[in-house]
Amino acid sequence: MAKELLRMDHITKIFPGVKALDNVNLSVEEGEIHALVGENGAGKSTLMNVLSGIYPYGTYEGDIVYNGEVCKFQTIKDSEQKGIVIIHQELALVPQMSIGENMFLGNERGKKNAINWNETYGEADKYLKMVGLTESSRVLIKDIGTGKQQLVEIAKALAKHAKLLILDEPTSSLNETDSRALLDLMLEFKKQGMTMIIISHKLNEVVYVADKITVIRDGSTVETMDCHAMEINEDRIIRGMVGRELTNRFPKREGVELGDINMEVKDWTVHHPLYTERKVVDNVNLNVRKGEVVGIYGLMGAGRTELAMSIFGKSYGSGISGTLKINGQEVDLKDAKAAIEAKLAYVTEDRKGNGLVLTNPIRVNTSLANMKGVSDKGIIDKDKEYQVADEYRAKLNTKTPSVEQNVGNLSGGNQQKVLLAKWMFTDPDILILDEPTRGIDVGAKYEIYCIINDLAKAGKSVVMISSELPEILGMSDRIYIMNEGKFVGELNAEEASQERIMANIVQAGRGE
Amino acid sequence: MSINIRDVLKKYFMVFALIAVICIFQATTGGKMLLPQNVNNLISQNAYVFVLAAGMLLCILTGGNIDLAVGSVVCFVGGIGAVMMDNDLNMVFAVVAMLIGGLLVGAWQRFWIAYLKVPPFIATLAGMYAFRGLSNVVLQGYAVGIRNELFLFIFGGGADCYVPDLFGGQGYNLTCLVLGIVLVLVYIAFVIKGRASAIKAGYDVGSFGPVVAKMIIIGAAVIWFFDRLSRYKGIPTSLIWIGLVLLAYAYITSNTTMGRYLYAVGGNEKATQLSGVDPRKVYFFAYVNMGLMAGLAGILNTARLTQAQPTFGQGYEMDAIAACFIGGASAYGGEGNIFGIVIGALLMGVINMGMSIMGVDANYQKVVKGLVVLAAIIFDVVSSKKKK
Repeated sequence: MAKELLRMDHITKIFPGVKALDNVNLSVEEGEIHALVGENGAGKSTLMNVLSGIYPYGTYEGDIVYNGEVCKFQTIKDSEQKGIVIIHQELALVPQMSIGENMFLGNERGKKNAINWNETYGEADKYLKMVGLTESSRVLIKDIGTGKQQLVEIAKALAKHAKLLILDEPTSSLNETDSRALLDLMLEFKKQGMTMIIISHKLNEVVYVADKITVIRDGSTVETMDCHAMEINEDRIIRGMVGRELTNRFPKREGVELGDINMEVKDWTVHHPLYTERKVVDNVNLNVRKGEVVGIYGLMGAGRTELAMSIFGKSYGSGISGTLKINGQEVDLKDAKAAIEAKLAYVTEDRKGNGLVLTNPIRVNTSLANMKGVSDKGIIDKDKEYQVADEYRAKLNTKTPSVEQNVGNLSGGNQQKVLLAKWMFTDPDILILDEPTRGIDVGAKYEIYCIINDLAKAGKSVVMISSELPEILGMSDRIYIMNEGKFVGELNAEEASQERIMANIVQAGRGE
Repeated sequence: MSINIRDVLKKYFMVFALIAVICIFQATTGGKMLLPQNVNNLISQNAYVFVLAAGMLLCILTGGNIDLAVGSVVCFVGGIGAVMMDNDLNMVFAVVAMLIGGLLVGAWQRFWIAYLKVPPFIATLAGMYAFRGLSNVVLQGYAVGIRNELFLFIFGGGADCYVPDLFGGQGYNLTCLVLGIVLVLVYIAFVIKGRASAIKAGYDVGSFGPVVAKMIIIGAAVIWFFDRLSRYKGIPTSLIWIGLVLLAYAYITSNTTMGRYLYAVGGNEKATQLSGVDPRKVYFFAYVNMGLMAGLAGILNTARLTQAQPTFGQGYEMDAIAACFIGGASAYGGEGNIFGIVIGALLMGVINMGMSIMGVDANYQKVVKGLVVLAAIIFDVVSSKKKK
């Protein structure tokens, strides 16, 4: 048996109100590729952040034993000194700087006040060759593609003399060919004795490279599979990932009659706003009836938010084509205002960035998308505004001393309720809810589900986007499955199961 | 609801600072600071600051955006008006031309800012140079005097630009005091009426005590202020313009949908856009208003100095910006109000005047002004950090 390089022992990490990691154990041997799989929010990234010192020693319980010694990392620098280097999902490169400058950013060659540019570019070229890049290190990052940028990240990690390389979703922004090249590079590094941890949603890739697979679910390690000792396939991993009982976490919605088709999207294609040749949403067809809750399931980066925002008044993307019918009428919504007037609402997944004005009180946020409802000829009736905000506070059971409270002071669940109130006040017929329960606790989730049910009972159409399988299964009448910009499946509530949905995605990933 | 002394202190910190500074100067100048004439000068000398700061507040609310060109625009607009009146054109015509001039400048700047996404700092920096140059062109490098008496009277310039005393008293302008008392009564009526309707609608309004205390303090301050003015020559006409501007902008920022959008865009532009508001229209509104206020400030400034010179208005943009930041406007946008900038402008004015009376060297005055701005921002940053 090879030497154990890393052992994470009984790691528990508690955020205010949430146990993100609960007694996690992970053991990585020298020279292996160890895969970490689990659903979104299972705690994979948190675990890696603990390992790399982003959450310093003392903020978590348990021990990190690396190379036989207990480590107490205070910062990322500490872990990097030991040779533990993490490559995050989002590329952390400065586009306007050259490859070489990026590789040694914060780690400059030469003296503090005199950078040695020859050494910088010479060293950089050496590492670039190791990852199979032929570009000069003087080329600017913005002039090379995403696939090559990912390789630069790896070269950057190598330049830090990495012994243990952690790759968080390294292929999420890469196409098929680039992904394969990257995985082969990993196998090449393994031959040279490098140890790696890979976090990935793409199970086919995991099966391709991994020696061992650890499954994390709800903050705990479920099992570790040895790929050489047993037969591993994707179905086996999926069972480990989702193998929890569906309990009564979702309120029942009964006696809702489905009405006519309220919104229909046909041949909807959206291109990336900057890289206009890239299709983000590819030929999607979707419809939703009155009183229906339609789920769109997909992993992060599948193009769900982009789809929703492009429907909502072309708020995302370029070169949008396809037809949108609301109530049987074809419409062309040129901006968010037109979308609101067409009785459409989009409740963003990004509460803080795209949804709420955190420095303003609940009252102001509630009325923002429908100022006409509380004003006359541009003059605001503050009493009425207060009344409206207070009604929604009571209706949605928002926990706050008063509606004059700044939204920034509320918890995630209550912020989500304010966001819902804001859009309910626009009196929409169709609501697109993008990750409506992201980052909020179980109790608040249940309340949000009840609100969704009430909306459906009132004859509204609800499109719910989520990357949480149980939620999709528990709430939807019908489910669309989205992968890499395309709808790859449509299931009715009765026929849908976690395995079937995952299998759909995996098949699409294989290109079948 | 009990009143937390610390909260009151924090909320009205700048008011207390203003009072403290006035007291210090009152002591060090041997009581000269609050002589009726000085109180009067405080207003008429700083009329342009109040007006410009009101316009600047709108720009800053949209996200900490400032307008560097206003000083040059004040000069440019003043130059246009002075030359027109010098050629014996009708005064009304000149005034309208000056305001439209300001509006057009505002529209010019906002076009680049809102629709071509030129950073406001740079677009208005360009305006600062360009309109300074144009002022010189308009005035051909000379000072042009204003002889139109009516213009001077209406906009607060010349020797006699005060609201005449209807009672014809000697040495004490009773009209002025009566007007002050009327204002206070109107204010009290508004507060009580608002409270009554809130109670009627069943809202929690808090206890009456603090409201009464606030009314008494504000009422006393206003009456004291008008009494001071009465002891000099009465209400300077420029004060009427300041009052109108401040009331109008207080109303716009707090009671109109456009005012609400200014705060929303500054607080979170993306969320505002997704709420169906076009941020470009909001920027448009802010900068066109800034232009209009620059036009008005140009008029007031030209009247007060009874002439237009190519060098007028230098540094005015900074005075306005400083008043906003001292008055609690956030450098990141989305926070600030008219009451704050009034306090900010007064604080700057009091410090200027106090030091001038004391005979402090003009260069040191600038140093002190700079430190005051820095202190105000530090206070803002530190207190908002503690909140989190």
